[in-house]
Amino acid sequence: MEVDSVFYTDRSGRVTSNPLLDQLPSYQSLLYRRKSSLTAGSKRRGSSRSRLGSSGSGKWGISTFKRREEKLKSPTEQRPIRELAKTMAEKRRHNTQRLEEARELSSWSHMRRSTRRHLRRLKDDVEEWLNSLKLWRGDIHLIEGMFGTGILSYFSFLRFLVMLNLVIFLLMFSFVMLPIIIAPSASGNITYNIHDGSECSVYPSSARRGLVIFHEHITDLLSGGGFLEQTYLFYGYYRADKIHFPNITYNLPLAYLLATLAYLFLSLIWIVKRSATGFKQNLVQDEDRFQSFCNKIFAGWDFCITNANASKLKRSSLLYELKTDLEEERIKQKIADRTRKDKCRIYVIRLILNLFVIAVLAGCFYSIYVATIFSQEAQMNNIKVNFIVDLIYEYLPSIVITLANFITPLLFSIIINYEDYSPAFEIRFTLMRCVFMRLTSIGVLLFSLWSQITKCEEEPCSCGYNHVLYSCWETRVGQEMYKLTIFDFIIIVAVTVFVEFPRKLIVKHCDCGLAKWWGQQEFAIPQNVLEIVYGQTICWIGTFYSPMLPAICTIKYFFIFYIKKVSLINNCRPASRPFRASSSNFFFLGVLLIGLALACLPVTVSVAQINCSQACGPFVHYNTSWEVLPTTVSQLPDGARTLLFALSSEAFAVSFFVVTCLAMFYVIALAGAHKRVINQLREQLAMEGRDKRFLIQKLCQAQKVSAIRSPVSRSQPRSPSYHTSFSNNFDEGVFLAHPPPDSSTHV
Amino acid sequence: MGTTASQLGKDLLSEYQELTFLTKQEILLAHKRFTELLTKDEKDRPNIRISMGRILALPELKSNPFRKRICHVFSTSEHKDGSLTFEDFLDLLSAFSDSATLEIKSHYAFRIFDFDDDGTLDCGDLEKLVNCLTGETDDTRLTTEEMRQLIGNILEESDIDKDGTVNLSEFQHVISRSPDFVSSFKIVL
Repeated sequence: MEVDSVFYTDRSGRVTSNPLLDQLPSYQSLLYRRKSSLTAGSKRRGSSRSRLGSSGSGKWGISTFKRREEKLKSPTEQRPIRELAKTMAEKRRHNTQRLEEARELSSWSHMRRSTRRHLRRLKDDVEEWLNSLKLWRGDIHLIEGMFGTGILSYFSFLRFLVMLNLVIFLLMFSFVMLPIIIAPSASGNITYNIHDGSECSVYPSSARRGLVIFHEHITDLLSGGGFLEQTYLFYGYYRADKIHFPNITYNLPLAYLLATLAYLFLSLIWIVKRSATGFKQNLVQDEDRFQSFCNKIFAGWDFCITNANASKLKRSSLLYELKTDLEEERIKQKIADRTRKDKCRIYVIRLILNLFVIAVLAGCFYSIYVATIFSQEAQMNNIKVNFIVDLIYEYLPSIVITLANFITPLLFSIIINYEDYSPAFEIRFTLMRCVFMRLTSIGVLLFSLWSQITKCEEEPCSCGYNHVLYSCWETRVGQEMYKLTIFDFIIIVAVTVFVEFPRKLIVKHCDCGLAKWWGQQEFAIPQNVLEIVYGQTICWIGTFYSPMLPAICTIKYFFIFYIKKVSLINNCRPASRPFRASSSNFFFLGVLLIGLALACLPVTVSVAQINCSQACGPFVHYNTSWEVLPTTVSQLPDGARTLLFALSSEAFAVSFFVVTCLAMFYVIALAGAHKRVINQLREQLAMEGRDKRFLIQKLCQAQKVSAIRSPVSRSQPRSPSYHTSFSNNFDEGVFLAHPPPDSSTHV
Repeated sequence: MGTTASQLGKDLLSEYQELTFLTKQEILLAHKRFTELLTKDEKDRPNIRISMGRILALPELKSNPFRKRICHVFSTSEHKDGSLTFEDFLDLLSAFSDSATLEIKSHYAFRIFDFDDDGTLDCGDLEKLVNCLTGETDDTRLTTEEMRQLIGNILEESDIDKDGTVNLSEFQHVISRSPDFVSSFKIVL
């Protein structure tokens, strides 16, 4: 009867053993890897005796056993029991053995062991408690069971964004809003930036006077103007210069600027930390579809799927994926076989289509520019036609951006068919184009806004910006970002309610050809991810101009989670082209990083280059927002000042850069050397395997010859070994007529 | 040393926590789900063994193409009929839990994929594995040509000593570089 669960009997049920093969070093190494975790135990010895067969090699086996086991006693003792691959009964036996041993040990090591065990238990409990606090655990578990890990990663990404926005809001709130709010109650004295009478600092109030019609309130709410303009929502309201508390003076402009830099930096750190694992794997797998087939076959099935329908769909999607990959391999072969003429033709086609794509993008950007200028002028001239048309004028840039973002992906997916790339590359390339389109459209919007703000009737502008039209331009930019956010949310809700639900109803109840062709909604992960990354980019840009925007975005993503979940469960079926969970995690965070990089750009430009408004906001006494920092540094004590100057000098920057480059080159060289060593070891391993097979064959032949000569023949069936595989390739019984000399099998 | 009636003793609970990767909540939930599968008179007998058919009625296993293999691998029954005691069930959940190590998961995954229980994954095992993944009926299978190409690719990627089979070490090596394995080899009640 088998004691060790690693080794199974063969199909006939007999305990198998082979004296010669069992003595091989590789087999022995497996035995002691599994069995040395059991320290003493007669059962082990009994089975090992049966394993080593009836020849005199048994004694040798046991003695080497003991030697090895003593050598390995200390490392394996460190391993917790649950990490051993055994049945519960065996683990329990092992545990009691360990406890028996522990009683023999000194009290110090006994105490050390029990504290370690208690700490581990405590850590497990804390982790369990933290996990139970995670938002939406039950919902995500449900989605995972129905749709698998690909779509699950989208929803956990959404949860991450909710957390990120909440933290950003708390940061801005505690450093910018909280001091102003608690100043009266904490006996603080606020010095405001009163306008000194110059023409730059005139800020006409935008509050509506007289009888206000109801729909004007709605317009204000949706556009951030009117009664919302002079609130904590926008930059213009923070007019405090310094807050004098009893012990310290709180410099609000400095806090505002530093909080902005802090939230950008914090987002960067958090995203990089979160993507660290996925990035490492992607780097490792960079070599040309390295083990993608193994990954699909061995790790392809989601064991967490509980829905029978989802299971059937997952199977068909796996089938489709395998067929596509095999097809792609054949296509790659075909591509490698392309003639020169074919290559020329394809490159020319690609060039033309890329130019076409650039032209389309340029057209979209120009239309966004024109729409923004038209919208700004309409708001400035105060043309009031009627309620709806006014709202359309306000939202014109958002509408144009959304339309462009709707049409261009369709266009790109049609164009890519003619460019003749491999299927995987097609998807990635189309995605890159869509990402570029979405995120750059925000940049174009901001650029067109700034061109308006810095354009005056008499060049150059007397205040550095167009103070007549934009007395508080930061608030105006904040309002545009606010409108983009609101509109984005409205569109998501509208598409879900007015497109997806009717589609489901039509497909379910109507039997016409159109319904069949349109088909049920598929949850397209890339497009959904782009949507929320777009929203997050707007949030990052807009937080500087509208400190409460992160709170609005948190609430927005909170509702989007539930909307998407309901839509997913009721309307969608799993995608036929599955999105791999790991690479999708990397993809999400990669796109988010691109969004962050693109968001840093406008914020940096506006902080450092454009003159801040003189009529509102905390930076009235400075030329640009960035000036706060040098001014504060020059007021610091001497020591700190010289340190900071040294840190920002060119010498330090250049030497830091050089050191970083050197470190990077070293690490790259190390990685290359490791890769070479791995390849060499692989070749060596293959060679060793061949040697072994050759030698065994020779041995079998030799013994067959001697068996014919000697009448004693006892064939022993083979034992399955989970480490050495060659034993299964030989059907002949191999036995020993006499014990082998020590030198041949000694390790 | 088995489960009695419908309550787990405190000592037993902490022992299970020590010997498996499951948290206290998960063990209690597993106990609840296990006792739901028992009939009235079975509930009082300790160390009761549930047949494979009843285990496979669990929703977490019902739609899994590897359900029979899973039961066989974790079963400690002498008749090799795939029946599970409560402790086998806990072993199963522990290996499939969130906090199980990669080594444990890959060890059991190898045993599950080894359809003929001979210690290696040869072409027959791989073919059965692929058929399990894609579907049982004829029109959901790969053609012979595609199967050959696929198995050739798998062996090329994972068979290091070039002997035509994938043994445990090679399998664990491949799995260690697979980023999706840990997240997909998971069953949570």
